[in-house]
Amino acid sequence: MMATAEMNKPQAGRLMRQQQRWGWIFLSPWIIGFFAFTALPILASLIFSFTDFALNKPEEIEFVGFQNYVQLFKDPLVSVSLWVTLKFALLSLPIAVALPIALASLLNSKHLRGKRVLRTLFYMPYIVPVVSAVYIWQGVLNTETGWLNRLFGLLGISGPDWLNSVVWIYPALVIIGLWGLGNAYLITLAGMQSVPTEYYEAARVDGANGWHRFRHVTLPMISPVIFYNLILTIIGLFRYFEIPFILKQGTGYPGSSTMFFNIHFYKTTFVFLDMGYGSTLAWLLFLITLAVTLVLFASARYWVYYASGDSS
Amino acid sequence: MAATRTAVQNTVNTSPYYGRQLKQFTAVALTTLFAFMILGVYLMPFSYMLVTSFKDKAQIIAGAKGPILPMDPITLNYQGEVLEVFKVPFPEGVRQLALLKKGRSESSFVDPENPDAEPIVWEGRWRTLEPVIQFSPRYGNFKAAWDGINFPRLLFNTTFIAVTGLIGTLLSCIAVAYAFARFPIPGKPILFMVLIATIILPRQVMLVPTFAFFSAIGWVGTWLPLIVPHFFANAYNVFLLRQYFLQLPRELDEAAMIDGAGPLRILLSVIIPQSWPVIVAVALFHLVFAWNDYFEPLIYTLGKPEIQPIAVGIQQFNFRFNQQPHLIQATALLGMVLPVILFFMAQRFFMRGVVVTGVEK
Repeated sequence: MMATAEMNKPQAGRLMRQQQRWGWIFLSPWIIGFFAFTALPILASLIFSFTDFALNKPEEIEFVGFQNYVQLFKDPLVSVSLWVTLKFALLSLPIAVALPIALASLLNSKHLRGKRVLRTLFYMPYIVPVVSAVYIWQGVLNTETGWLNRLFGLLGISGPDWLNSVVWIYPALVIIGLWGLGNAYLITLAGMQSVPTEYYEAARVDGANGWHRFRHVTLPMISPVIFYNLILTIIGLFRYFEIPFILKQGTGYPGSSTMFFNIHFYKTTFVFLDMGYGSTLAWLLFLITLAVTLVLFASARYWVYYASGDSS
Repeated sequence: MAATRTAVQNTVNTSPYYGRQLKQFTAVALTTLFAFMILGVYLMPFSYMLVTSFKDKAQIIAGAKGPILPMDPITLNYQGEVLEVFKVPFPEGVRQLALLKKGRSESSFVDPENPDAEPIVWEGRWRTLEPVIQFSPRYGNFKAAWDGINFPRLLFNTTFIAVTGLIGTLLSCIAVAYAFARFPIPGKPILFMVLIATIILPRQVMLVPTFAFFSAIGWVGTWLPLIVPHFFANAYNVFLLRQYFLQLPRELDEAAMIDGAGPLRILLSVIIPQSWPVIVAVALFHLVFAWNDYFEPLIYTLGKPEIQPIAVGIQQFNFRFNQQPHLIQATALLGMVLPVILFFMAQRFFMRGVVVTGVEK
């Protein structure tokens, strides 16, 4: 460290080694945890994916070669659940990216009063446990007695049967997910507030109107935040399970419109206890996640703008 | 502030200035009104939950088109019969009367204030009359929900899991963040990248072997799989703590070191005392996480209601008693009330912590 420079060499070397040793000691919880709960399990599940491991008869485990991987193509629920997940992703991703920006812009407006109250209350639903949130929205989205269709009724629109239609279930899931926007909007807002005001003044001098200032100053300046939100949203989509599972008890109803990939994985692994094939499904998801994340990070250099070079 | 400024400038009242003032005021009023309207819709489900949790099934059905609040029709016990009370219009005004005999073109009514008098005959169709209703919430729903999910039990289970996990996450994450922030570890940048990269891993890919392992050592059906992993640090909290530790001045560390303090002493008496805002934020995030956590408690406590935390307990109860919308809303309220209170008490810590993770990435 700093003090070491002034000391003579052997002493400095000893201090350095001592510091290193302490570093490893403090780091050890994560190192142990990384091997025990991350690295080894990932490898183990790769090995499991070549076996017929079943938890109720673990002693009968046998290698089955690529049988589980062949099964991926035979199992109709794989393509169904991937398609369901993709459809939902295509609908929810633009909303999950755009809405935090819109909300943060509103809450950042210089014309707004009561900012502190609004910021806190818009964040609050994020804290509500997902189980409570799903039950509350289940009631609100009820066709006859729910308040959303009642609200539409006031406008003269007769609302759809949100939770029992193979089409409307996806907007319904997006609506339920809106309460999860708290983090994204708050981070976006902080990003907007850290844009230097000189940039806006310069743009104004150049005759840029409000939209141009937003498009050419705000958006590029907050693009790292947008990228961060995008990554977190996509990770969330790959983990998407709780809301459809609690809402439909894992039945996939209506039709198989809520048979998300993770619900299929859960049923294979923990209901049918087919852990060999479950590991195969998990590895498929892992590879998809890896591919999508790599593509995103590769794309970042074309559209994410870091003000001070590398801002890591 | 804005109001006094407007008042002062109004006295000046040069007209272009006044016009700009008016435009400014309109913009403020419209923007603020718009924001609060959006907020109203965003939070509307909470009102739904609150109102519905005080209703019974009949009131919920009646509420589909009728009153929003839990209302009952007023009735009158008249000679062993239960009569509904209606608002009946007369030339001298509207009277509240109990319907005794229904007729096509005329009906007879009893005056609830004077039931022994002769029945009053009213000409007109009784079906057009509006019933008299009164506010009558079903407080009993909360007792039913409380007992049904065994709230004290769930509360104890959740708190125990949350607090022990909290101790684990604080001990491990503070140590690991300290290592990343202050020690010359070879390959540190790579290790840190590996740590951050674990955020993107889908948990499913670790789940099967981990579950099989916990099952083999007999931990499935106990709290241990929900607690022990937290003693081995996680990326989010380490990141948050490390960012904070990095911005603390090193001079204090070095002064302590010259005074002969070892690395552990420096952590305990120099770093931690300066870092309590971020430590509180990490602690709050963990408590909310543990309260919310559903998937892992589900698989590790399945079939053992006596050890389930609140998220699983509420879901299992509502799964079994699916046709009770009012009890579902009451359990939803019980499930969210403590985290939300915690949030309002400590919202500064929450919101500042979120901002650090997002912006300094």
